[in-house]
Amino acid sequence: MTDESRSGDRTKHPHVSERGLKLPVLGAVSMDRRQALKVIAIAAATPALVSCKPGEEASEVVMTPAPVSNPRARGDAWDPDLIAPTVPWERSLTSDELQSLAVLCDVIIPADERSQSASQLGAHDFIDEWVSAPYEANQSDKVLVRGGLVWLDSEASERFGEGTRFRELTPDQQISICDDICYVPNADSGREAAARFFDKVRDLTSTAFWTTPEGMEDLQYLGNVPLPRWDPPPPEVLQHIGLE
Amino acid sequence: MVGQPDGGQVTLKAQDDYDAIIVGSGAAGGMSAYVLACSGVKVLMLEAGRDYDPVSETPMFQLPFDAPLRAAGTAEKPFGFYDATVDGGWRVPGEPYSSAEGTDFLWWRARMLGGRTNHWGRISLRMGEYDYKPRSRDGLGLDWPMSYEDVAPYYDKTEALIGVYGSNEGLENTPNSSPGVLLPPPAPRAEELLTQRICRERLNIPVVPAHLAILTQPLEADRIARMLWPNNEMARRVTAESMRTRAACYYATPCGRGCSIKANFQSPTVLLPPALATGNLDIITNAMVREVTVDANGRATGVHYIDKTTRLEEHVRARVVILTASACESARILLNSKSSLFPDGLSNGNGLVGKYVMDTVGAGVQGQIPALENMPPHNADGASAMHLYMPWWLYQDQARDQLDFARGYHIEFGGGRKMPGFGSFGGIEPLTAGSYGQRFKEDCRRYYGSFLGFDGRGEMIPNDNCYCEIDPEQVDEWGIPTLRFHWTWSDHELNQARHMQRTFEEIIETMGGHVLSTIHEDGAKAIARPGEIIHEVGGVIMGNDPSRSVLNEFCQSWEVDNLFVADGGCFVSNADKNPTLSIMAIAWRASDYIVGQMNERNF
Repeated sequence: MTDESRSGDRTKHPHVSERGLKLPVLGAVSMDRRQALKVIAIAAATPALVSCKPGEEASEVVMTPAPVSNPRARGDAWDPDLIAPTVPWERSLTSDELQSLAVLCDVIIPADERSQSASQLGAHDFIDEWVSAPYEANQSDKVLVRGGLVWLDSEASERFGEGTRFRELTPDQQISICDDICYVPNADSGREAAARFFDKVRDLTSTAFWTTPEGMEDLQYLGNVPLPRWDPPPPEVLQHIGLE
Repeated sequence: MVGQPDGGQVTLKAQDDYDAIIVGSGAAGGMSAYVLACSGVKVLMLEAGRDYDPVSETPMFQLPFDAPLRAAGTAEKPFGFYDATVDGGWRVPGEPYSSAEGTDFLWWRARMLGGRTNHWGRISLRMGEYDYKPRSRDGLGLDWPMSYEDVAPYYDKTEALIGVYGSNEGLENTPNSSPGVLLPPPAPRAEELLTQRICRERLNIPVVPAHLAILTQPLEADRIARMLWPNNEMARRVTAESMRTRAACYYATPCGRGCSIKANFQSPTVLLPPALATGNLDIITNAMVREVTVDANGRATGVHYIDKTTRLEEHVRARVVILTASACESARILLNSKSSLFPDGLSNGNGLVGKYVMDTVGAGVQGQIPALENMPPHNADGASAMHLYMPWWLYQDQARDQLDFARGYHIEFGGGRKMPGFGSFGGIEPLTAGSYGQRFKEDCRRYYGSFLGFDGRGEMIPNDNCYCEIDPEQVDEWGIPTLRFHWTWSDHELNQARHMQRTFEEIIETMGGHVLSTIHEDGAKAIARPGEIIHEVGGVIMGNDPSRSVLNEFCQSWEVDNLFVADGGCFVSNADKNPTLSIMAIAWRASDYIVGQMNERNF
């Protein structure tokens, strides 16, 4: 097995390179996207030809520069630039809503020793992107998410004192509310909509978190790198599934 | 154009001396153009969509993170942002279709050079000897006018040309390729090996290397070109030169995006470049064909098309017209080609154009396999699609009448430690009881890579109730009358879909896993929507009897001898083998026939 195909070799790994890991992903996401793209374009230039003749085993992948944009694409939703994507719609949540959402995202995926929290990786910004999209399902999710954020504050107010906001509660207090809405089949009557809201935010938070370079690093996803050849699973994997 | 990264659109003014017009540039159109141009036939190809160059346009390595909505599917990009399809999907802007009451048909189109070959699954299974003579075996459906043996040489040639990995297993009705044709299959992934062992040892289901149109080695260009064109020096040269520009797969970035290194098969990287290199092919893009024109003797003279850039009608002429616009689109063109000689549409004297449309029976089940949890980290991308599959294994049970459906299905399966994408951890609450916080984070780590999906792809038997016709009330934005679909499954399909789900449930449970999908008792709930598997074929069926078919075995119209329909429209059965490979083999065979007829000056 070559170094390239050995899964632990991070320096050969386009999107978990040192530079990729340190990308800021909070704040203006579109800006960060451009930066991320630049790094990936450098690291993941289009491999041209595997240096091998028919019948011979390849030893390396030769890289050539990858395109940085696709001038041929019309640029609308049916024919977007797939090489240098952009999000064509404006965000719609208020900064107050985003603050509350960021707290909820971190209740769902907190920081630990392996990776940062969901909001540190921009999950609330992704949810804003999602609910601001012009599609029917996204617009419907926007009602669910905005309504749910109001519900969280109302519930905080009811349980912990007039005017108390969810994002100001102690972790234990936040958990006492979330425990009641974290699983739709178990939600009490009257809390079904809140449970569906929580479920939606959990789904969107996990998508947002695990698709970041840091999220993929946490999961130890080791693909998306060009290999000169494809080898069977390593022995420890075969052992793990009882097939060594 | 293809092969020119700077990419000028092909909008040349058509000459008036073409031997053949080909409508469409996908699997059938690309193959027809390749064979005809290599044989010295002057060809004009018309493509309804835009020019497209996979070399410069494919998003290789881009992450979901880079895309809007983390690359989730949308109305305009139903298979996700990075799917190669542009100007297409379940809807095409400005080009509607409709369904009769009670029908819920889905029609995937791609308005781009290369059509649907750009995003397809690359699964390349041969139809077998049973599949060409199904009615002779069980009395249902229709027989093809030719046999497997007639098409076998063209399967060999097609596989050698496009590059298909796989193995010869000698299984029933699952033909071997000739020696030296297939490329070696990639080693199976961990979850595939585990599934293989359980299925073989405990369920007696064969799990063998899949056949996919992906290069696991560079093609042996000179050897293959000699094999394909022993007596044609120009064809050998353009074929070998084109093959030498294709790299082997480097096992990263999904095939559905297309492939900038040409490791997988797409018409614009594999078929069109050598055809263009002959100098015998011109291509006009953004050319939406409305109808085939005829002369007073009822022979085809050319086609009318709408130039989408000017919105004006154009006419081009040729000695032969070949429709390869996709099964239903070719039927639509024929039905819209009305004249005093052909008041019900061209080649439709017996009323069969549009009839006997088939899709593939589809049903799926998702499972979670504890044995795959907490897997040691490793790269499991592979050739992006499956390395193994299960061919249909119950022919003998069916022969003994032990099943409540007549035809088979194969199983496609996959999962494992793929790149996290949109919704990767959606719907796991039944496993986690709605966990959140640190526990949820750890649950995601634990379950990552432990999901497996099983999808059945089964044969549908053609029936009188599945057809398309012109919708009298609608035209598209090019003024062309549109299609309306009618669909009724028979019990064979519904029972087969139910059997699929039960089989997948059994596999998952035998693996010690949890079934995450609903298993339906009612096959009508298990089955995918008609058209959804994107294997629609038929509608312009071939046969031996001019009164009961539209085409002969060489895709030639019985009524108009210089008119051909060389795409999936000619299919009279739709075996569980995904149709694209057969479409190309049959188109090659038809093209050889056309060349022969031209040499005999029959057109």
